[in-house]
Amino acid sequence: MIPARFDYRRAGSVGEAVALLSEFPGAKLLAGGHSLLPLMRLRLAVPSLLIDIGPVSGLSYVRDEGDHLSVGALTRHRDLELSEVVRREAPVLSYAAGQVGDPQVRHRGTIGGSLAHGDPASDLPAVVLALDGTLVAEGPAGPREIPATDFFCGFLETAIGPDEVLTEVRLPKARGGWSFQKFNRRAQDWATVGVVAVAGDGRGTGPFRVALVNMGLTPLRAAAVEEAAAGGAGPAEAASRAAEGTEPPSDLNATAEFRRHLASVLVRRALEEAMAGERTVA
Amino acid sequence: MKVRMTVNGVPYEDEVEPRLLLVQYIRGMLGLTGTNIGCDTSSCGSCTVLFGGESVKSCTLLAVQGEGAEITTIEGLALPDGRLHPVQRAFRENHGLQCGFCTPGMVMAAVSLLNENPHPSAREVREGLEGNLCRCTGYHNIVEAVLAAARSEDLS
Repeated sequence: MIPARFDYRRAGSVGEAVALLSEFPGAKLLAGGHSLLPLMRLRLAVPSLLIDIGPVSGLSYVRDEGDHLSVGALTRHRDLELSEVVRREAPVLSYAAGQVGDPQVRHRGTIGGSLAHGDPASDLPAVVLALDGTLVAEGPAGPREIPATDFFCGFLETAIGPDEVLTEVRLPKARGGWSFQKFNRRAQDWATVGVVAVAGDGRGTGPFRVALVNMGLTPLRAAAVEEAAAGGAGPAEAASRAAEGTEPPSDLNATAEFRRHLASVLVRRALEEAMAGERTVA
Repeated sequence: MKVRMTVNGVPYEDEVEPRLLLVQYIRGMLGLTGTNIGCDTSSCGSCTVLFGGESVKSCTLLAVQGEGAEITTIEGLALPDGRLHPVQRAFRENHGLQCGFCTPGMVMAAVSLLNENPHPSAREVREGLEGNLCRCTGYHNIVEAVLAAARSEDLS
């Protein structure tokens, strides 16, 4: 399948990409392309212009900023898997990045692309939610910060403006207990349901932040679970509230009812694992 | 749109439509038909090539994204005198194929895997090949072949 016709421009810098976005409404940014190109080949996305930001230098990095990590938007999943800094300071991100798609996808896909795509079934958006990250988008007026909790607005919709480029993700360090649970039917599938749990103070064993994959139109924080756990509930009791406030889809892989059940099972496992304390990525 | 890349050590420069996929460029314009198109949806891995030494699915890249890249396809693995790459040899010696359709992609994914992890366990091989499907379900001998290649002394 070949995508519909489009024009193609390479951007050499973020400023150039912003200028092109402002000039051409209907343009889309191309990073690794592993979310966008499949959609274009199915004609579910038909941009008139692709602005390739792959050649933009200086957007692939992980920096230790003391209390948080700054991750460049073009950092690939494979880089997150291997990064010593990420493995040490935010092991859940390194582990989850290694669960995205398959090796070929991880060699091309980027964290920025995954977040900007805003797919509720993707792994990294939920990780960034659970880590309480902040995203940086740059537009004609300069950069602005968007809390992850305000970033995912609807199905495949984010708070990035039409003339903005996502440039960086800032993640508070999270060396404490963590867990990433992904249930799927085949190795390379998206999660039927996924759960991320991290110790919220970044060091110790609580309070816990919990995020859900594929349980609604956006990646979600499991607020009821967090509240129960903070109130002293054990994993099973807190997990019984996993589906509160969710609207999981029914599709070929699972019914909404099955997803609600799965969420409670996976949240319990995630809390048990995260509450057991810190551990390194295998 | 002009695109320049090196494929199997040979530099190419061609005028392509932006929507041309890398796999179609490799097969249709360069005539390197060893790279197969299978599912055409980034699932099966039969179109796997090396992009800067790392495995990628060439059905999910535009040819123009290959600008300046070093690409290796299955045709580029054997030595010019015809001696097979250790991974190719291990696939032959361990009967790591049945119908053969997935084989070029499996071999390229295995080469990338062994570059990253020269001494994988059987489990790591299975996980490392999760992006490649064999519809004959001949996975057992494929895994054996990759493990044998890892043991061979001349893996380059």
